[in-house]
Amino acid sequence: MVPYHDNHTTDKRPSTMAKMKGAITINTERCKGCSLCVAACPLNIIELADKMVNRRGYRYVEQVNQDACTGCTSCAIVCPDGCITVYRKKVES
Amino acid sequence: MERNDIIAPENLVYKKPTLLNDTDMHYCPGCSHGVVHKLIAEVIEEMGIEEKAVGVSPVGCAVFAYKYIDIDWQEAAHGRAPAIATAIKRLWPDRLVFTYQGDGDLACIGTAETIHALNRGENIAIIFINNAIYGMTGGQMAPTTLMGMKTATCPYGRQADLHGYPLKITEIAATLEGTCFVSRQSVHSVAAIRKAKRAIRQAFENSVNRRGSSLVEIVSTCSSGWKKTPIEANQWMEEHMFEYYHLGDLKSI
Repeated sequence: MVPYHDNHTTDKRPSTMAKMKGAITINTERCKGCSLCVAACPLNIIELADKMVNRRGYRYVEQVNQDACTGCTSCAIVCPDGCITVYRKKVES
Repeated sequence: MERNDIIAPENLVYKKPTLLNDTDMHYCPGCSHGVVHKLIAEVIEEMGIEEKAVGVSPVGCAVFAYKYIDIDWQEAAHGRAPAIATAIKRLWPDRLVFTYQGDGDLACIGTAETIHALNRGENIAIIFINNAIYGMTGGQMAPTTLMGMKTATCPYGRQADLHGYPLKITEIAATLEGTCFVSRQSVHSVAAIRKAKRAIRQAFENSVNRRGSSLVEIVSTCSSGWKKTPIEANQWMEEHMFEYYHLGDLKSI
């Protein structure tokens, strides 16, 4: 057994308040449009796609304001189907 | 900065655990089962015991759990998952053995197996999904259905004189000598999901290290059975379920 290391939610943020830029990719074919990520996003930048469905007939979600994302992972953690992948990078000032 | 600069392997902070395979899950949109499946896959992956994990899947919505997490699984007869897990753990003492059961499976037809397995102190972990309803069969009343809650078989709400009281199986488990870790968690928010993950990790470590039985109850939603949207179901759970099913560790030794 390996020692405890939470490599799914590893917090790469530094201790100082540096600006972080995030980006998410959504597996729209796996998404069921439950909207839990819409409610969980603290910046309200995820929405259900308008009049679009995937091959299973579900409306899926999409990121509406790509610049605002900080990569906090809230959306991905609450997603029941694991559709969201999160990337985060520190912005050079 | 361009979006494509951020989307790079070195900036990855969260992805679906690889143990959770790409098979589309049959659960309804927003079902708590998906989150718990994901947590189990993450915990097993982080413990590095993919080759030594054996799950026992129940009868109920989670009957197909074996299709979604790439570890060894055994399907049990209705309610008999703790008995199967007992046999597996006794024959294979070095394995992580856990059962994954709903409230209809664990708290109704399998109450005897559950209580006796926990009382014997079998070195297994039990993940108990409590959504207070029979989800798979169409939303009938379960032993854990709250007082006054309307279901298909109690359309005027659960009444004490007719249906008895909701069963707090986790509190019962905490009184048994064989249990070493009994916890009640939920997966309605990011903070709750992190706490639930820690509880599952603790239960799995207890099984591997043979410290006794562990029971982790996850108070869950059933948006289809409750006839609500997933977000409304989470709110309803926070308002009504937590009043009766208090979250937290009931026993940890």
